Amino acid sequence: MSRVGWIRLLVVGGFILAIELLCRTGMISPRVLIAPSDMAIRLYRLLLSGQANADIIETLGNVAISLVLSVSGGFAIGAAIHALPRLRRAIDPFLASYYALPFFAFYPLFIVMFGLGRGAVVAIGFLFGVVAMIIATLNGFDRIPRVLVRTAEVYHMGPVAAALRIKLPSAVPYLFTGVKLAIAYCFIGVIAAEFIMASSGLGYAIAYAFNNFDNGKMYALMFFIIVLVTIVNALFYTYERRLMRRWGR
Amino acid sequence: MKRSLDTILLIAAGLIIWQLLHMAVPYALTSPAGTAVKAWNMLNSATFWPHAAETGKAFLYALLLAIAGGLAIGLGLGLNRTSAEVAEPILVSVYSLPKVTLYPLILLIFGLGVPAKIAFGTLHGIIPIAIFAMNAVRNLAPVHLKTVKVLRLSRTQTLLTVFIPGALPEIVSGLRIGFSLTLLGVLIGEMFASQRGLGYLIMNAIGLHDVPTIMAVIAMLGIAAVLASAFMLWLDHRLHHRAA
Amino acid sequence: MNSAALQPAQSAHEPSKDVHAEMRGVTRVYGGDGKTGGVQALAATDLRLRRGEFYSVIGPSGCGKSTLLDVLAGLSRPTTGEVLFEGKSIDGRVPEGTGVVFQEDASFPWLTVADNIAFGLRRAGIDAAEIQRRLDYALKLMGLADFAKSYPSQLSGGMRQRVCIARTLVMQPRIILLDEPFGALDAQTRLIMGDELLKVWRETGATVVLITHALDEAAMLSDRIGIMSARPGKIIEEIKTQWPRDRDSRIAANPAFGEITARLWSVLRDESLKAIHQGNKSSAGLA
Repeated sequence: MSRVGWIRLLVVGGFILAIELLCRTGMISPRVLIAPSDMAIRLYRLLLSGQANADIIETLGNVAISLVLSVSGGFAIGAAIHALPRLRRAIDPFLASYYALPFFAFYPLFIVMFGLGRGAVVAIGFLFGVVAMIIATLNGFDRIPRVLVRTAEVYHMGPVAAALRIKLPSAVPYLFTGVKLAIAYCFIGVIAAEFIMASSGLGYAIAYAFNNFDNGKMYALMFFIIVLVTIVNALFYTYERRLMRRWGR
Repeated sequence: MKRSLDTILLIAAGLIIWQLLHMAVPYALTSPAGTAVKAWNMLNSATFWPHAAETGKAFLYALLLAIAGGLAIGLGLGLNRTSAEVAEPILVSVYSLPKVTLYPLILLIFGLGVPAKIAFGTLHGIIPIAIFAMNAVRNLAPVHLKTVKVLRLSRTQTLLTVFIPGALPEIVSGLRIGFSLTLLGVLIGEMFASQRGLGYLIMNAIGLHDVPTIMAVIAMLGIAAVLASAFMLWLDHRLHHRAA
Repeated sequence: MNSAALQPAQSAHEPSKDVHAEMRGVTRVYGGDGKTGGVQALAATDLRLRRGEFYSVIGPSGCGKSTLLDVLAGLSRPTTGEVLFEGKSIDGRVPEGTGVVFQEDASFPWLTVADNIAFGLRRAGIDAAEIQRRLDYALKLMGLADFAKSYPSQLSGGMRQRVCIARTLVMQPRIILLDEPFGALDAQTRLIMGDELLKVWRETGATVVLITHALDEAAMLSDRIGIMSARPGKIIEEIKTQWPRDRDSRIAANPAFGEITARLWSVLRDESLKAIHQGNKSSAGLA
């Protein structure tokens, strides 16, 4: 591992250790926060008992479905908007302020549209993820070098061939960034929707534990989500770095 | 001129789609006109303003804290190459955490009330501002840094006359995103375990199946967010174009 | 090549009061930790610059020309050896009296042309009247008077480089170092900018060091030209031009111009070929 990597590990490790010590010495009350090692132990027991399995599977399923929908939908919508420059110019400021809207409030609407099942949660995950993907697609298509487009013309490529063989591959790094953001946003959207409104899933389980003063279970689940999301992000970060290096960026 | 026409056309198309949706599922979605009337009535009612003031106050404090903290963290880390490299993935993964999971922790620390909302809003806004500010400093043109050495400037002179103006366009981009996310954070905070604020109004209306109120609050928030964002986008473009 | 490497030693006979800046056995290694590893950019290099001369350094790409300039300016420390400016050793800090013009556009996009040019003067705490006097002079000399209130983004590349030269020259440097300053400009603009540079050189009486990869630029502008070897670079030959002080790009019509260019190329061609093979080797090693 590189020097920077070691320092990073040291910083994160030191932070966790500091919290551990503050909790163990009682400077942070267990009613506020339990020690990280305690979280890990409780999570281990929780996973072993199988109590949380249904919620975990439900949440991961919700994230997966909303992710697939956001990435495919976001790419299609982004490509369509990019092809219409007038629409593009008009819609840009709306895309930019999109994330300030509290979409959770549309939850009742989605319940009417999709029923009481996971549909409404998935819809909110999708609303969170899709715009990140749209913006990334627009960015990627904006930055396709003109010379590559002209190369396609020189080789007499049709619009479909040019899109698939020239435009798509040269936009890949940006699309990848979009997918990475969409993963993060789908997690955020799904868990927030579950937390605030749903009656199942990890987010709901945390809120339920909070309302019932069950700090042990609450922190075990929080720990699970933080570790899970961090691992997923780290994998993507590493893969993205490798991809970028191959592209010489 | 054509641009503002396109914007008007886009808004008109959005309203038409909204109206059609309303006609398809009238009990789930109030019509644009109905929402406007409801919003107007709310604006003229005495019960609405305390909630708006509560949200506004929490948002303002959260935004100030997010900006001050984000700039301090971002500029501080960005000035040194190693610290920036160490911090970047950490900041990015904190950014992409579902922060709502941390809300119980904040509630346990701050208790129910305005401070918890402010803390939660700040938590949302501070990270993007820090990331943008850090990268802004890191991406300053190396030739400008060399120029600083040739002109033998002091550290303070360098910070005030090259680092800050050079990083300003990126910092404004970060503020724009931080603004949106801070508002989102405050509203999420109000939607859970809160008795006041616009987020609470929405949650309360959801509980009562009061669709017009939900729609009116969201519409007002949306308009405010779009206007603020449009202003910052304009500032952003101006600064970036000058620099281009 | 060995006899050519001895060339700088001959200039040791010249009177030392004439020497304005000097590099003594300077080497520069990038990366690695002291003894092992790293890339050697500069081999032991000696260079003596006379006060007020126009000296160009030419060499194949990647030979360490820019490293030589960075070390000479005090922007980076030599790994071994010593750099002297006006008799005093410089220690990894840019000494007072040194001006540097870079290849990249170094104008500050957030300042107007006039504010860019006056930037260094204002930081140095020079009084307003004097700043205005020098600013007016520089704007006029560089043909920027009509653009004083413009922003760099409204100017062409050549005009922006004029801003950078003006910003350097208002500081009244006694030595001006230029790192391929016209590299990003088109061929005709480059010729015009070369003439401007000669004018600045004559008016200020400063010592000028120009790093370039263009044979014609070195041949028409310089009093002396140092040719650098492929990496690790050092000056392997120096050529004198004998041009009059009052000259411009039209000197290209002089038969001596062709001779100088041909001599430069005869040395440089071998080094450029070496450099290209080095490049092949190192990129094969990376893959």
